[in-house]
Amino acid sequence: MLPLKEKDRPIIQKLLDAGCCGRCILRFCCIGTQSAYRLSNEDLWKDLHAFVSNTEVASQTPSDDPPSKRIKLDSDGKADGGETEGVPMVTAEPTADGTESSVCVVCLGVLQDFCNPSFTKKISEVVKSEEYQFESLVLSVSLPAQLLVREHSCWLHIKKEVREKSMCLDKEDVIQVKEAFKWTVQSMLSETLGVPAVMKSPFEVAVGFIHPDTDADCHFLAEACSDCFHTSKNKERSVFTRMAVVKALEKITDKKFLNEYPSPPAGVKTACVAQETTCLHLSTYVAGRYNKFSRTLPQTPWVIDGERRMESSVEELIAAPLLTAFKCESFNFSSSGREDVDVRTLGNGRPFAMELLNPHRLKFNKMEVRQLQEEINQSSDKIRIRDLQLVTREAMGHMKEGEEDKTKSYSALIWSQKAITEEDIEFIGNIKDLEIAQKTPLRVLHRRPLAVRQRVIHTMSTSHLNPHHFTLQLRTQAGTYIKEFVHGDFGRTKPNLGELMKTEVDILELDVESVDVDWPPAIPE
Amino acid sequence: MEISEHKEAPSVIDRYYTRWYRTDLKGNACEDHCVLQHSNRICVITLAETHPILQDGRSIKSINYQISAGCSRLKNKVSGKSKRGGQFLTEYAPLCRIMCTDGVEYTIFSCIRGRLVEVNEDILKRPDLLLQKPSTEGYIAVILPKFEESKTVTEGLLSRAQYEEVVSKRANQQPEPC
Ligand SMILES: [Zn+2]
Repeated sequence: MLPLKEKDRPIIQKLLDAGCCGRCILRFCCIGTQSAYRLSNEDLWKDLHAFVSNTEVASQTPSDDPPSKRIKLDSDGKADGGETEGVPMVTAEPTADGTESSVCVVCLGVLQDFCNPSFTKKISEVVKSEEYQFESLVLSVSLPAQLLVREHSCWLHIKKEVREKSMCLDKEDVIQVKEAFKWTVQSMLSETLGVPAVMKSPFEVAVGFIHPDTDADCHFLAEACSDCFHTSKNKERSVFTRMAVVKALEKITDKKFLNEYPSPPAGVKTACVAQETTCLHLSTYVAGRYNKFSRTLPQTPWVIDGERRMESSVEELIAAPLLTAFKCESFNFSSSGREDVDVRTLGNGRPFAMELLNPHRLKFNKMEVRQLQEEINQSSDKIRIRDLQLVTREAMGHMKEGEEDKTKSYSALIWSQKAITEEDIEFIGNIKDLEIAQKTPLRVLHRRPLAVRQRVIHTMSTSHLNPHHFTLQLRTQAGTYIKEFVHGDFGRTKPNLGELMKTEVDILELDVESVDVDWPPAIPE
Repeated sequence: MEISEHKEAPSVIDRYYTRWYRTDLKGNACEDHCVLQHSNRICVITLAETHPILQDGRSIKSINYQISAGCSRLKNKVSGKSKRGGQFLTEYAPLCRIMCTDGVEYTIFSCIRGRLVEVNEDILKRPDLLLQKPSTEGYIAVILPKFEESKTVTEGLLSRAQYEEVVSKRANQQPEPC
């Protein structure tokens, strides 16, 4: 039996007369027992009918509803069960005005035509066809905004009744359409797909409904509460968002509402239409370190004036096999600093992390991750990665933590105008923790603010190649612009190597030898 | 990379900048200016090597960025990526005035339209920088042309080849040019 009480009786009667479906009736009676909503339309209808007719026999206070309304009630019942043919109806009364009043005036059919195994099956088939890996799910429902107007209208309709009977019931206690829908469909879906439904599941199955015939229901609110509706920047989108309608309904007086909109809401001919079911899995993250061996490979796609320069990039080379393996649509790449297109990154490599959006596959064991790394390394000789691993979103923060305090080691090929002497080599090697002031380099000044930054060159050492060329090894504070430290950038980095050596110098090649960030953890080969 | 003993690789300016020139500025013979345009549209204004200040071992008495009673280029301040607040310059906006020890004063002009990003304050303390390294440490100013004008801003200027032609004609026509 339904968990209904004596005090629900007049409300039920009124809602039946208004053309509400069984589940909407349960909602307005504030029934929080989920199993009640899972009854089939027919069983629910039978139980409600039985409850109401029982009253008529047992109750000392006879219903003051005219008989004609009860006929309508029966006709509703017939239509309600319309979807599954051949199911015996509660009453044998023929339905004269059948189809017109058959769609629930409040939920516009959402809780009638879609809270059943056949609609659940449709959803589950979409989910299965997308071949996601998931261990739980959450169903999200998007409903047309006019349902809020109809809900309010219906609430005002029974509120009068409620006040007369001096019952303690408020609009907040009414179970929401979304909630009732989830109680039925989400639990069926969870059973069909064999995973629990969890509120904070990373896997979201979204269904939506539209009802274009009644979109105009909201329009009177625009005049009544104009301040709630701001013309949207995107003109394609309606101003009648759910948020705006909720706000307007909170503001509008009952009197004004009732002047503008019928209560209970008017009947409709057709039910809502379901939109395409969509699935979304929360992002998953991987991290590792990369080497870049090419001086013509940018870290990220290089686009000037809308035109692509250089054919690939580090992030694309790493991402391609990952996108396939995780069966995901797109990615976001981040790294601990970046190198110029003509700079190689050697040594242990540069830490990177990648967000993989809407992954369909997520479970990889260590062996499979190793194979994936191998696949990336086989795909190009311009890069090589190591320490590839699955990481959490939170752990990615370690990569950017204290980035400025870290040190980086470089190796640069230097040209010197004057012939290099033993004294020069000794002089450079003796410089320790040299503080330099760098104005924002001219080469990035078009996109960065002008500022002077203090940086430290911790150590330098040289290896002699020929009188005018030597290799310079530097260990510096992260964020030091090495090229500018060498050539001086029109004297805008002070001191610079040329100034220190009292000659003109230039940097011909630059390699990053190490990035001293200890995340992600190393993975033994 | 093959490393030869002597420098064959192009310099920083050769690698990243295009040289543009404006000669005989405001009709004053040989007052040539050079605009170094970076591929990112930043422009560095310098004296061209043919400018009278750089000839015949002359020396500088003073450099003044106060170009009028109400306007000093030293007061220029920019903020943010878009260089808000920088003075906007047209082609013939004066950047500074340079007085030589022989009493002749020269005005250095912007040469291009754009926002003034910075002036070189180092040459105030060390005017010799301007004489010894006119195209690098002795630069005059940095200007950022508007994004939409970055392609057209050099239209009225001479290329390096055109400039060299002007200079060689000058040498042929006038025995004592400047
Ligand atoms: Zn309903």
